[in-house]
Amino acid sequence: MDKNPLSLQVNMDDFLPATEEEKAYMVQMRPSSTFFKDGCRRLFKNKVAFVSMIVIILITLSSIILPMVWPYSYQTQLGVQPGHPVDPSFNNLGPMEYSSTEHAAMSRGESVFPHIFGTDDHGRDYFIRIVYGTRISLAVGFFASIIVLVVGMTLGSIAGFMGGRVDMIIMRIVDVIYSLPDMLMVILLASVMRETLGSALEGTVLQAIGSNIISLFIIFALLYWCSMARLIRGQILSLREQEYVLAAEATGAKAGWIIKKHLIPNCISVIIISTALQIPSAIFTESFLSFLGLGVNAPMPSLGSLASEALNGITSYPYRLVIPAIVISLIVLGLNLFGDGLRDAFDPKLNQ
Amino acid sequence: MDSKTVSYILKRIVMAVFTLWAVITITFFVMHAVPGGPFTREKAISAEAQAALNAKYGLDKPLFEQYTTYLADAIQGNFGPSIKQRGRMVTDIILDGMKTSARIGIIALIIATVFGIVFGAIAALRRNTIFDRIIMVMTTAFVSMPSFIMGSLLLILFCTTLGWLPANGASQGGLILPVITLALYPMSYITRLTRSSMLDVLGQDYIRTAKAKGVSERNVIVHHALKNSLIPVITYFGPELAYIVTGSLVVEQIFAVPGIGRYFVNSITGRDYTLIMGTTIVLATLIVVMNLVSDIMYKIVDPRITLE
Repeated sequence: MDKNPLSLQVNMDDFLPATEEEKAYMVQMRPSSTFFKDGCRRLFKNKVAFVSMIVIILITLSSIILPMVWPYSYQTQLGVQPGHPVDPSFNNLGPMEYSSTEHAAMSRGESVFPHIFGTDDHGRDYFIRIVYGTRISLAVGFFASIIVLVVGMTLGSIAGFMGGRVDMIIMRIVDVIYSLPDMLMVILLASVMRETLGSALEGTVLQAIGSNIISLFIIFALLYWCSMARLIRGQILSLREQEYVLAAEATGAKAGWIIKKHLIPNCISVIIISTALQIPSAIFTESFLSFLGLGVNAPMPSLGSLASEALNGITSYPYRLVIPAIVISLIVLGLNLFGDGLRDAFDPKLNQ
Repeated sequence: MDSKTVSYILKRIVMAVFTLWAVITITFFVMHAVPGGPFTREKAISAEAQAALNAKYGLDKPLFEQYTTYLADAIQGNFGPSIKQRGRMVTDIILDGMKTSARIGIIALIIATVFGIVFGAIAALRRNTIFDRIIMVMTTAFVSMPSFIMGSLLLILFCTTLGWLPANGASQGGLILPVITLALYPMSYITRLTRSSMLDVLGQDYIRTAKAKGVSERNVIVHHALKNSLIPVITYFGPELAYIVTGSLVVEQIFAVPGIGRYFVNSITGRDYTLIMGTTIVLATLIVVMNLVSDIMYKIVDPRITLE
């Protein structure tokens, strides 16, 4: 359209309908991504972390489901039945072997469920003991980490928010506990607590869990909260200084809003990651104590106590040690790699 | 050394002494929280005999007096008589076990440090080659394996299956496997530590400067890169010793080594309280002193670091 350059007339070209090419610019290529979705995408792209996650999920699920459907239980001594003489042919079976009673039953045409890993010296099915031990070890690791998280978060946020003398006292306590040789203290406390707790727990609900596991939890609550408290205190101190918190305060946001919208979303990933990395270290500690005979109460198995029991018959039945050893290593390795993957995916500040 | 470094060192020494006092105090009071005292597990004994035993071991005095006596004795290295091994002093039992344990521990420490540094440096220099990959996979696996599992697997492999080495630590060549078991974890850790810090150092400007000046590749690696990348390794000496001390508890059990770790585990199962207390305090002192030394070395070696 011809137009005088000095004319004030509007340019009619600006009002033409958009061409297809121009429209293409405006199309949203993909929906805007949230922090959580971004993290998940990065996590699933990380092959090592993804495979570890699958392995951990498989182990966890099978340790929960298998004991429900398995025909044997972890504490039944198969050779001992009320009203019958003790049948020693059930003891120390090799993998996929059957006792003489079961052979007789099979020759009568009955079907007998195989003992995949054989039985132990008390005639208990070893496969289900491994599965049950895995369940105990995972549960101990999980709950110990939750306890560490709760204690560490409470004391850490108290120290961070209160500041001043309270902060100083808590941090000095942290320093002292930090410099104590942790394993020696754990052994000391565990060996004493099994004496003191046993009688105190009698008759309560907690007795079912066993005094040794309870004392393990108490030890974790006493000794391992330090790094979590330090971490959370540091997060709170640094987040409080951030400009966006100042901006929110300046625009009149209430304390609750700031905590909900700014503080928690910004430190939740750090907290989750360090809790996840706490689980394998708790499993490590539990298996170590079980190996020294300070772990779960018999007849309950844990992977550490199974390995420890197997040490006595190591020349005849080496597989009894190898199997729990492999399972522990798989769990610890899987959780560590998965935790590292989580950290890479959800803590973008670390990548820089 | 400037005054800041000196005051830092003094502060750390005070802190270490305080930690040791905390260890002795905690150990003493935790042990006295055991219901009924150390003699309840014995066969039924008469009240007079019980009183005589209590008098002999000073258990009839007020708790605080017992504590101050124990503290004073412990500082002088006297942990009293063993309760279960009649006629033997705890200090003698510990010294006896220390001979073997210290030998295993020191050899393991040296092997772990030397091989860890060498493997780590090679992995960093040959980054992303097959050699680097293999080292990283192996060390990842070793770091995830509890020491008792490592020891048991080595026992099965070399003693039961292959029959190359004796399973009993007291026999000829029996200390080889315990040393390897103890050394593998810290070695893997140091390998990873050296590799990552070496990679970090190799990217620094002063390496490029040295290369630009025409310093030979060998000299750059040994004098510039390796020297600087060993600083983080120094901080690991404390935790490394702590690992070897706690690791020796299970390793000596597995290989039947007559060392302090085995006595300690047996004293726990046998409820020999004075021995438990003595061993805990001795081992804790070792760890705390090593932590102190490695912290101070760290500060002296790298003056750029400002520690609080």
